[in-house]
Amino acid sequence: MPCWAGLQQDPSTIPLSILPSCFPSLLPPSTPREAVLLWFFPFLPPILPGCMYKCLIKLSLHQRTAQGTGSRMAHGILGLLRPLQSRLSASRTRLVLLCAETEQHQGPARGWAERAFSSTHQDAPGESSSEDRVTVHFINRDGERLTTTAKEGESLLEVVVNHNLAIDGFGACEGTLACSTCHLIFDKDTFQKLDAISDEELDMLDLAYGLTDTSRLGCQVCVKKWMDGVTLRVPMDVSDMRRQLEVGKQSKQ
Amino acid sequence: GNGAPQGPAPPLGLRVPCGPWDPGARARALGSGLCSRSHPPAPARPQAPRPLSLSSRCGAERRPRSARLRSWPARGAEPRWVRAGLRGGAAPAPAGASSGASSGGFTPCLSFSPAGLRRWLCSAAPAPRVCVVGSGPAGFYTAQHILKHHGGALVDIYEKLPVPFGLVRFGVAPDHPEVKNVTNTFTQTARSGRCGFYGNVTVGRDVTVPELQQAYHAVVLSYGAEDNRVLGIPGENLPGVYSARAFVGWYNGLPENQDLKPDLSCETALILGHGNVALDIARILLSPLQLLRKTDITDSSLAALACSKVKRVWLVGRRGPLQVAFTIKELREMINLPGARAVLDPADFTGLESAVKDASRPRKRLTELMIKTALEKPVEMQAGAAGAAAPREWGLKFQRSPQEVLPSADGSRARGVRMALTRLEGSGDSAKAIPTGDVEELECGLVLSSIGYRSLPLDPAVPFDSQRGVIPNSSGRVEGVPGLYCSGWVKRGPTGVIITTMNDSFDTAQSLLEDLQGGVLDISPSREGFGLVESILHSRGVRPVSFSDWEKIDAAEVARGKAAGKPREKIVDPAEMLRIIGH
Repeated sequence: MPCWAGLQQDPSTIPLSILPSCFPSLLPPSTPREAVLLWFFPFLPPILPGCMYKCLIKLSLHQRTAQGTGSRMAHGILGLLRPLQSRLSASRTRLVLLCAETEQHQGPARGWAERAFSSTHQDAPGESSSEDRVTVHFINRDGERLTTTAKEGESLLEVVVNHNLAIDGFGACEGTLACSTCHLIFDKDTFQKLDAISDEELDMLDLAYGLTDTSRLGCQVCVKKWMDGVTLRVPMDVSDMRRQLEVGKQSKQ
Repeated sequence: GNGAPQGPAPPLGLRVPCGPWDPGARARALGSGLCSRSHPPAPARPQAPRPLSLSSRCGAERRPRSARLRSWPARGAEPRWVRAGLRGGAAPAPAGASSGASSGGFTPCLSFSPAGLRRWLCSAAPAPRVCVVGSGPAGFYTAQHILKHHGGALVDIYEKLPVPFGLVRFGVAPDHPEVKNVTNTFTQTARSGRCGFYGNVTVGRDVTVPELQQAYHAVVLSYGAEDNRVLGIPGENLPGVYSARAFVGWYNGLPENQDLKPDLSCETALILGHGNVALDIARILLSPLQLLRKTDITDSSLAALACSKVKRVWLVGRRGPLQVAFTIKELREMINLPGARAVLDPADFTGLESAVKDASRPRKRLTELMIKTALEKPVEMQAGAAGAAAPREWGLKFQRSPQEVLPSADGSRARGVRMALTRLEGSGDSAKAIPTGDVEELECGLVLSSIGYRSLPLDPAVPFDSQRGVIPNSSGRVEGVPGLYCSGWVKRGPTGVIITTMNDSFDTAQSLLEDLQGGVLDISPSREGFGLVESILHSRGVRPVSFSDWEKIDAAEVARGKAAGKPREKIVDPAEMLRIIGH
């Protein structure tokens, strides 16, 4: 069940009341239940005392926690509530945020998505031993800079997958040297300090798009302590280059 | 949501976190269940459409009345909570990773909200429905990209066989199981609530493309290349001459090639072509049997290869070493094949070292490897290692163009090939082979023509360029037909490895998403999707195979393979596949 499937099934425990009051026009109700939710709950915030909010959230999060989605829900609520601090009283918000944060670390991690998230929560600053964490930056094809911390010894492919970074089509063969989709471009200094490249890796790199002199396959490079702060670039693929060409042609006309 | 995910360890590479999804969630949401009555086996598909009757629906997944008559949301659609699943990439940013676009203030974009919530709040429009024809890598990567980057789109994948995955299952060599790891990410895509898989449906016959365009907002054609190029020389149809495509389909369990029964009783085999498929076939012909026994090659082809007398394989190409189409990984595998010796003529490689000095790195490394192998003295094989028999041999022959397949004395089979020697005009990839007038005859009993695959036109409503064998398109948008797209080999031509197809499919998916965003693709008319196609299929007596049905077939194959120590024992008869799932 997606974490928010509960929205439809247990509306009374979902602190959605905040949202309808903000932008009701964006909420087309598609079921009678949603219509009730929409029109009834705007009146809740002034009515309910702060402690009831705490109970509501704890209740809903425990439900979600049982399915292992508590941490995701917690983040969602955090995100929703942060912009709306001004609307709620400070004490109420603090209670809510406190509950949401304490729920982060509960819940068994089930399914690979949860596993991904729970490992991320372990990475949250201040919550785990930071001695063996290495900060790595990725620049994806859209130019977005993605920063994450990795454990020493993890391959770069594992880092991208475990932290669910937004890089399309990364690691198709799951690290078995049968494709070149985990191709990454290093800066010169880092590249020279990496372990020697094997013939098999060179063979697969030969098929990669946008090959450079400092290219390696992410599944063959393991994170080391000295790589702290390194920046890696995901190369553009053929379709990106083709689109660039088209855009260039159009701008010239 | 009541199930933990079944199945193997988390697949890497997929960016659609489907979470603990129960594969049957979608069916259960519709309240369907199998009919409890027992039936005789389904009859052969009738040619004329049959009227829809109660008996024709028996055995079908019946949806309860309430689901069918529900008008809110649209008839035939799943409930919103099933549809609006999670979006990869748009998942709430974990604490450890911060994206550059984080917003602290109040914004309608809700970058930190649960993705489904965002979709619930921001869209009043109906969900775009996309149909993908073909469930190979092209189809699945296109579907994956659309599902990942559009929180509300619904994608249905149609496949002509009861089993999915196309060439990943039927084209990749059995001794390359790592390449088949991509099926893990395809499986996750197919299991997600917004993706439907319908096997055993032949588009163009069971349902036409115009009918699909009626049922879906957009149709993506990814049906690949099911035919091969012909040599066009006399003697091509003699027994003993096969297309590489049919041979690969034979040992990989493709149903239509199971009756090939290739004659492997000769000593010399000739493969026309210098691509990866040619190397794959050479490797399968010469691999020691104990290596093949542990792969998912079919049992019947393993038995045929056990009786094979083929000792020598020549790979013959029209042009020179600088124009070979195979890649270095496959060549290295062939050179290192246990029990086989590479026979390359050093004369073919004179002067090439300097010619490739300025070439691209891949071409340079490939040529250097060939030169090194040609100049190496053959390693003396120990008597114990290779046994008493001489080792098997394989070699590359260049600048030879086949002119005629010579028949045996009684004309009943092939006995050799007459080839014209050529010279090269031009250089690099665009070099042309011009016959010099000299000819050479090579004796062989088995000829495999590996000169390329070819796509076929699917439907009169779809434009097709017969000369190039592709659908005319620009960036995946089919020319002249709005709402129709193509991806994969049918878009670009039948060359390339999985990464090529992946990038290409992402390109088409990007075009489709741009059209959705820009309003070029009109999604205001609500389309019924599979609801409409289902009634058409019923009227034609076609029963689609769902993804959970495929998982039953998959489990049966893996169970059968376990006994023999193979990853799976492929089922090659579609009737048997349908019997396993109770159709």
